[in-house]
Amino acid sequence: MNAPGTSTTTGVSSDEAGDESATTWSSGVPAAASAVLPVSGEDLLVGEGTPAVRHLLSIADLGRDGILEIMRLSDAFAEVAERPIPKVPALRGRTVATVFMEPSTRTRLSFETAAKRLSADVMTFTASTSAAVKGESLRDTVETIDAMGIDAMVIRHHASGAPLRVTDWVGASVINAGDGTHEHPTQALLDCYTIREALTARRDGEVPADLKGLRIAIVGDIKHSRVARSNVLAFTALGAEVVLVAPPTLMPASLEGWPVTATGDLDSTLGEIDVIYLLRIQSERLGEVLLPSLDEYHWRYGLTRARADALKRDALVMHPGPMIRGVEISPEVADMPASLVTRQVRNGVVVRMAVLFHLLGSGVI
Amino acid sequence: MARRNPVVQMGEIVVRGGTLVDETGERRGDVLVRDGRIVAVEEVIDAPRGATVLDAGGCVVAPGLVDLHAHLREPGGEIAETVESGSRAAALGGYTAVVAMPNTEPAVDSAAVARDVLALGEAALAEIAVAGAITVGRRGERLVPMAELAALGVRLFTDDGRGVQHAGLMRRALEYSSGLGVVLAQHCEDEQLAAGGHMNEGAWSSRLGIAGQPALAEEAMLARDLALVRLTGAPMHFLHLSTAGSVEMIRRAKADGLAVTAEVTPHHLALCDAAVAGFDPVYKVNPPLRTALDVAAVREGVVDGVVDAIATDHAPHAPERKEDPFDEAPAGMLGLETALSVAYSVLCTSPEERDDGAGAGWVPRGAGAPVSMQDLFGLFSWRPARIAGLDQDGRGAVGSLGGQGGPLRSGAAANLTVFDPSLEWVVDPSRQASRSRNTPYAGRRLTGKVRHTVFAGEVVVLDAASQR
Repeated sequence: MNAPGTSTTTGVSSDEAGDESATTWSSGVPAAASAVLPVSGEDLLVGEGTPAVRHLLSIADLGRDGILEIMRLSDAFAEVAERPIPKVPALRGRTVATVFMEPSTRTRLSFETAAKRLSADVMTFTASTSAAVKGESLRDTVETIDAMGIDAMVIRHHASGAPLRVTDWVGASVINAGDGTHEHPTQALLDCYTIREALTARRDGEVPADLKGLRIAIVGDIKHSRVARSNVLAFTALGAEVVLVAPPTLMPASLEGWPVTATGDLDSTLGEIDVIYLLRIQSERLGEVLLPSLDEYHWRYGLTRARADALKRDALVMHPGPMIRGVEISPEVADMPASLVTRQVRNGVVVRMAVLFHLLGSGVI
Repeated sequence: MARRNPVVQMGEIVVRGGTLVDETGERRGDVLVRDGRIVAVEEVIDAPRGATVLDAGGCVVAPGLVDLHAHLREPGGEIAETVESGSRAAALGGYTAVVAMPNTEPAVDSAAVARDVLALGEAALAEIAVAGAITVGRRGERLVPMAELAALGVRLFTDDGRGVQHAGLMRRALEYSSGLGVVLAQHCEDEQLAAGGHMNEGAWSSRLGIAGQPALAEEAMLARDLALVRLTGAPMHFLHLSTAGSVEMIRRAKADGLAVTAEVTPHHLALCDAAVAGFDPVYKVNPPLRTALDVAAVREGVVDGVVDAIATDHAPHAPERKEDPFDEAPAGMLGLETALSVAYSVLCTSPEERDDGAGAGWVPRGAGAPVSMQDLFGLFSWRPARIAGLDQDGRGAVGSLGGQGGPLRSGAAANLTVFDPSLEWVVDPSRQASRSRNTPYAGRRLTGKVRHTVFAGEVVVLDAASQR
């Protein structure tokens, strides 16, 4: 397993993937379904796919068709959001529980707002108020909540794979609201929707079929980023090219099977990309000696004014938040018109309405 | 402390109709057992009146299996396993001797604890040998009283569960152990390189977003220890080697004439890191499941004889602990009841015979000649018996019957395994004798099963059922 090169672009496209690589790039499927190995690199891409019916654990559960269906539903809910009373009865009588074992107020509020706008009842369970601090196991916690009679469980957990494990224990639909360093599928969906919206505005209202032709750079701590893992799947499923930009210490140990290219050199990438997607840098990484300092990171990878000027004129700037000005991005760049950061937050509610409706709804909005 | 077998009356036993496999070769034959000893081995033996007849038709009759590496958890971890339950699991798996690992609570770092475990072993369904820790409390700071433990019959010393991190201390341990007739065994894991990784670092860890530990974490400590063996001349045994690089290093060390031995586990022979795709902690083990290429290299090391023994690393954990999220759950898998069947399935069957079975990560047997029955039992019986000093010619532990793994001939201790290579069975965790359920083979169809086990002249397993 080789780490990607630092200054040269290391192509790791699907057809170059080694033949020891295995199965689909997904953990969202039960183990039994992902049993076969090895397979051709083709399978490592998100396929046309049939939309997942019960759970959303990984972008791979949706496939291209599922993602596009969420985009269409989001359009409909965006229209609802513009109404004087931005609420529909689509999920009246349904109960959605948010189970956050790791604090994230913004994601939890986004899901809860989405559920309420669909007229669902909402239950909130957070680690600080929960039995988890009293030593109750994850299984006991989710079985207890499930026993109260819920239709969906939105779960955020600090451990990769926890939502998938939960599907073995509960009857409710499980939605992954971010698990460890694995995936954050609704973030990726709202990012796709936000890019699509920006392209639509640029084309005078003509909605693009997908993201084909776009070149998107994801910059930062790829190794520890659930957002990056979901976005690689989502962007490439919609036809975009993805380049990962990070120092070798923040790149995954292996990119085998990832349909991306990778580089350590941000500056040489700037003029070739249509979207720059910045990831948050956590100061814990300094303790792990993955970075010399945050200043050094900013010097090498921060989106400064000078780097922003080197971007294509209509390039888009994105960040999943919370943004740390002066590390990933300079303050003046964060406020530039090209920045979609506030659109991302706004679209979060709309896209999560679409996800809840897709999994729980009757088909009638 | 004399070893006493708790079964008062042991009648005569005839093992009939099997193929005898031992270090001297393979032949048809019946075996007559009386008073804990083999008293006759002939082509056909008429059963004396009142003798128990064990049907071995279509089966292999071999010296009992010897496990170099089992965590019996007692004292301190009785919720997961006890010496008794672990020895029952061992007997069902065909074992007549088990080396109990010292990472108990407290650790086996004093004569008092070693005596306690040996005493628990007296009533067990297999011979229980005890490994001692290398350092007090397995903390890697001070040496245990090695000579005093050796006098109790402790032959293997290891801080297993952890490697000895401090190179200088490891050097002194090897030097001090010289002349005591003991062997230091290493769990090779450089903790700084492993950096708290929960699975093999590679394509799967990267996709799944689980912190990985690189193959180098194992290989770096192995390289260091091989250099220390070269320096000190003390013998060393390497536990559960799992990477292609490790196998190659042992191959070279043996070519250079170093006094080293190596074991591999059934799970590193059968499963690769793709098994983790479903995030089920039952596949979490240390060293972690490696790539399919590593699995192939470990198999190659078994085929060409570089690997000396297959050892289980039987590591029971209570079910609720294995329901924790992957990076919080403890590492370890059950092994005693499935080891021989798993190894037979992946080393000895013809490739086209294998049904892949359920679940991810199983690496089916590829092309290439199967391992012979004699070589298989060598890896499970007489070769590990020699490493643990439990063989007939070795010093043997105090109280040992002194007859593990020896050839099947008149006068030998009656420790026998009767293995039916044609029997296919599906692993059902709820039917295992272990107190724990963390087998990675649940629901999997395996080829070959232990039918009878005779321990010290007593039929402890009859038709795959424990007799006590």
